[in-house]
Amino acid sequence: MALSKDTGQATAQEYEHSLKDNARQLVDLLEKGQFGEAILVIHAINQARDRGLYHEVGLLTRALHNAIVNFQLDTSQALGDDVEATRISDASDRLDYVVTLTDKAANRTMDLVDASAPIVANLGQEAAALRTDWERLQRREMAAGEFRDLYKRMGDFLEKTESSATQVSGQLNEIVMAQDYQDLTGQVIKRVITLVHDVEESLLDLVRMAGQVDRFAGIEHQKATPEAKKVSPKGEGPQIHADKREDVVSGQDEVDDLLSSLGF
Amino acid sequence: MASSLTECDNALFLVCTEVDLDKNMKILIVDDFSTMRRIIKNLLRDLGFTNTAEADDGTSALPMLQSGNFDFLVTDWNMPGMSGIDLLRAVRADERLKHLPVLMVTAEAKRDQIIEAAQAGVNGYVVKPFTAQALKEKIEKIFERVQAK
Repeated sequence: MALSKDTGQATAQEYEHSLKDNARQLVDLLEKGQFGEAILVIHAINQARDRGLYHEVGLLTRALHNAIVNFQLDTSQALGDDVEATRISDASDRLDYVVTLTDKAANRTMDLVDASAPIVANLGQEAAALRTDWERLQRREMAAGEFRDLYKRMGDFLEKTESSATQVSGQLNEIVMAQDYQDLTGQVIKRVITLVHDVEESLLDLVRMAGQVDRFAGIEHQKATPEAKKVSPKGEGPQIHADKREDVVSGQDEVDDLLSSLGF
Repeated sequence: MASSLTECDNALFLVCTEVDLDKNMKILIVDDFSTMRRIIKNLLRDLGFTNTAEADDGTSALPMLQSGNFDFLVTDWNMPGMSGIDLLRAVRADERLKHLPVLMVTAEAKRDQIIEAAQAGVNGYVVKPFTAQALKEKIEKIFERVQAK
């Protein structure tokens, strides 16, 4: 598309050259009173303008077409696999996939923590109870029957600690494994970023080409007046560069400061 | 002693609560992401609050609030359907709900938005990502003030 932009530039320059030459000729002819010839020159100017315009519109149309085709190719080829390509055929589908993966990972992690927490809490409680009795034993406040009971409980506890430790460390490993979404979602997000970048470039090229069309057609655009920004009740979501923006707080402390300045 | 000890044990990542709060109070958690609802629910459970219900946006939350005798509302801002700020305004405009304490837990971090929420009558504002400690502090602060009234 960079190529077509250059040819567009060249045609525009040619047109401007011929326009200058023709204009001088036109003035000459008019001053000499040769109106028939003058009309022919005007006709030639019009033709050059139309040719340039058609040329630019043609380039613009082709570029637009290419941009759309490339965009579709990008999305389907990037995944390689045909089945995947039909299932995940565009960026929003891919981002949905990110949402699904992160949701699954978060729930999996919380399930495992929920499963581990009572095991650890239980061990802690039993250890506390055993320690109380153990101290009584050290202070020689324990009868023989009670000691036999403690002896057995201690054995059971050690056995249980061993199996619980195995169980919890297995669950900790699974928690680590559940973070594998980072790799997958990272890849998907990077692809979508590339895609957005490509589309942005294509659009910029189109804007440049449309600018050429404007030159040929002599169209002038009114500068869009920037609309007054207002806070949308929908919200904006997480702020990415909170530390670089004045109008955004960068943490809970700043929220608290702001609220207390408002009398909270 | 024994009961307060287990209460502390339950608070997995937290220090034991100092403020005397009604642990049976009914709390509605509103967030469009089930993961966030679950995180908030777990944190509240660790703080000893087990009487919780969930809604995924303002539209489903409002009728629950109107018929459910809730004591506390924890809501996100950015949700499909009815947003958290609109829910807050609806709550303040409702004769029976207008005194309900509302805590906003949201990723919305613009100063204007925080001021907007304050003007709409929010009782506390926590920005995501947040810590368990921050959530606990805000809840305690809200009820200290509510009880002082």
